[in-house]
Amino acid sequence: MSAPTPTKTPAGSPAGENGTPGGSGGSGRPLKYRPSGAGKASTVGRPHAAWALPGVLFFAFFAVVPLGLAFYLSFTSWDGLGDPKLVGLDNWQKMFDDDRMVQSLWLTVLLTVVSWVFQTVISVLLGVWAAGRQRNRAVLSAIFFVPFLLSSTAIALLFYSLLDPNFGVIQKNILGSSNGAFLAIVFVGAWQFIPFHTLLYQGGARQIPEVLYQAASIDGAGRYRQFYSVTLPQLRNTMTTSTVLMVVGTLTYFETVLILTKGGPGTDTAILPYLMYEAGFKSYDFGYASAIASFLVVIATGLSLILVRLTGFGRMRSTREGM
Amino acid sequence: MSHDTLPRPHPRPPRPEKTGGDPTGPPPPRRRRHWTKRPNPLAGLGSLVWLVIVIIPIYAMLSASLTSQDKALSGNPLRPPTSPTLDNYNTVLNSGFGHLLSNTVIVAVAVVGIVLVLCVPLAYVAVRTRDRWSGLAFRVFLLGVAIPAQAVVVPLYLLIAKLDLYDSLLAVILPTAAFAMPVSVLVLVGTLRDVSEELYEAMALDGASPQRMLFQLAIPMARGGISTVVIYAALQAWNGFLFPLIFTQSDGPRVLTLGLFNYVSQFGVNIPALLASVVLSGIPIFVVYLVARRALVGGLMGVGGK
Repeated sequence: MSAPTPTKTPAGSPAGENGTPGGSGGSGRPLKYRPSGAGKASTVGRPHAAWALPGVLFFAFFAVVPLGLAFYLSFTSWDGLGDPKLVGLDNWQKMFDDDRMVQSLWLTVLLTVVSWVFQTVISVLLGVWAAGRQRNRAVLSAIFFVPFLLSSTAIALLFYSLLDPNFGVIQKNILGSSNGAFLAIVFVGAWQFIPFHTLLYQGGARQIPEVLYQAASIDGAGRYRQFYSVTLPQLRNTMTTSTVLMVVGTLTYFETVLILTKGGPGTDTAILPYLMYEAGFKSYDFGYASAIASFLVVIATGLSLILVRLTGFGRMRSTREGM
Repeated sequence: MSHDTLPRPHPRPPRPEKTGGDPTGPPPPRRRRHWTKRPNPLAGLGSLVWLVIVIIPIYAMLSASLTSQDKALSGNPLRPPTSPTLDNYNTVLNSGFGHLLSNTVIVAVAVVGIVLVLCVPLAYVAVRTRDRWSGLAFRVFLLGVAIPAQAVVVPLYLLIAKLDLYDSLLAVILPTAAFAMPVSVLVLVGTLRDVSEELYEAMALDGASPQRMLFQLAIPMARGGISTVVIYAALQAWNGFLFPLIFTQSDGPRVLTLGLFNYVSQFGVNIPALLASVVLSGIPIFVVYLVARRALVGGLMGVGGK
């Protein structure tokens, strides 16, 4: 890298003059020395920030504003007709007093944790295995991917049919027992999403430089030691992405629950998104539904922030750091 | 590769790097032998177990969808159908399946178009412009990944009704596109970041405008990320269930996922027909998978970034 001198010279070249429409002022003090990476920034034509505006406005209109509205509605009472009436903290009060809500929260946490453990363990193992270039691995990986080609609605219907005791492969009424229904949801989610997460880990594992394994085997590390000390740490960023997608995905499991169990038996699989759907679009209590929704956002955002902080993903740190 | 021990005349010369059964202890002397080539019996066994788990439901589905309804209830779905029939598929195809499919295709194409047109410039600005606002916009999208669609469905319902879009395809398209944006922006930023500063400088020396740099440098260099976004957004549209469920009502704008859901009540206990509809719904993507597996899989892998 040619750091020191060229910071100044291109500014005097013709490109420097017509190449900075934003006129960010950087060219006014050409001698200012910046750390590498940010250096030379002002010398090259850069797009105006306004280019981002359509996208930002669109997203704001359909996602950020509704999000704000959801919080607002959570302080109102509204049945979908007429105007929402402000009721203060009533909905939130009701939420924390509601036994179904407490059960639902517990179920959601349990489902997220169990699904995460189950899916991550299998996806990491399958993904690292599939990263190998053997022919048989390639063929099997191609088959493993097939469930992901079906929509979650289709998959829920598939298992709804297969688990039907009158028809099914299994004669017992699995969906009729609380534990059975819960485990069925965990299994169906895993069956659907493991192919995708396996793919993420496969991609991640293939990017690990071979030289790390060579170094490890010089140090006498065997296969399992290498997996633990090289592969897993190198998959850190992949794991963050995969985990955030998994956690947010599980927090919004909806069609699987709606089709497989309708929250039942009783309310034993009524996780938060389902409870919200029932409150809003079955009982037309939009205020209460919005309180549940807001609560869901707080949990999802909080968890993602924690994950991103813990793993340093926000700084976009590379796993290759220090090499 | 043990079955290759007999000295058979090979039609083509044997590849030297495969014949070596050399022990894999010390670092391999030859560059050719990549670490990922080592066999692993334990993992192989595990993968076979997973193969069974993946295959059985698919097999049972195919087999049952080819069985007539009265036979399905008496027989074991794991046994191959004795007298396969396509009646169930006919039933589904005569219940408006084509209409559902074309609606879904329209939604998917529109969502992909909107996402690309909005996200590519956005990601380009996030990478290329160093100003407070673009940094802030990027951070909003980073957090946007964590906004569950469920959370905003009530206010969106209100918004859609106010815009007079309720029960139309646009009511599905617009929110679906918005919710596909955060991941798309992250993926695109990840790819655009890898375009080296030197290339931009070279173009700047030729007097290129930022527009020209976008179309002649950034977009061609970010093809991988763009194909990831296309696939991701199309799948989001294809799989979307909640938005169609809540923002549409009539047959007109009904999409495939919602159509499948309605078949549950329509077909009632006719499980073979229900399974036939599931099979049919999977065929279009399966065809894409067969034709363009590399692009599809490679694109999805890109969601994981680098």
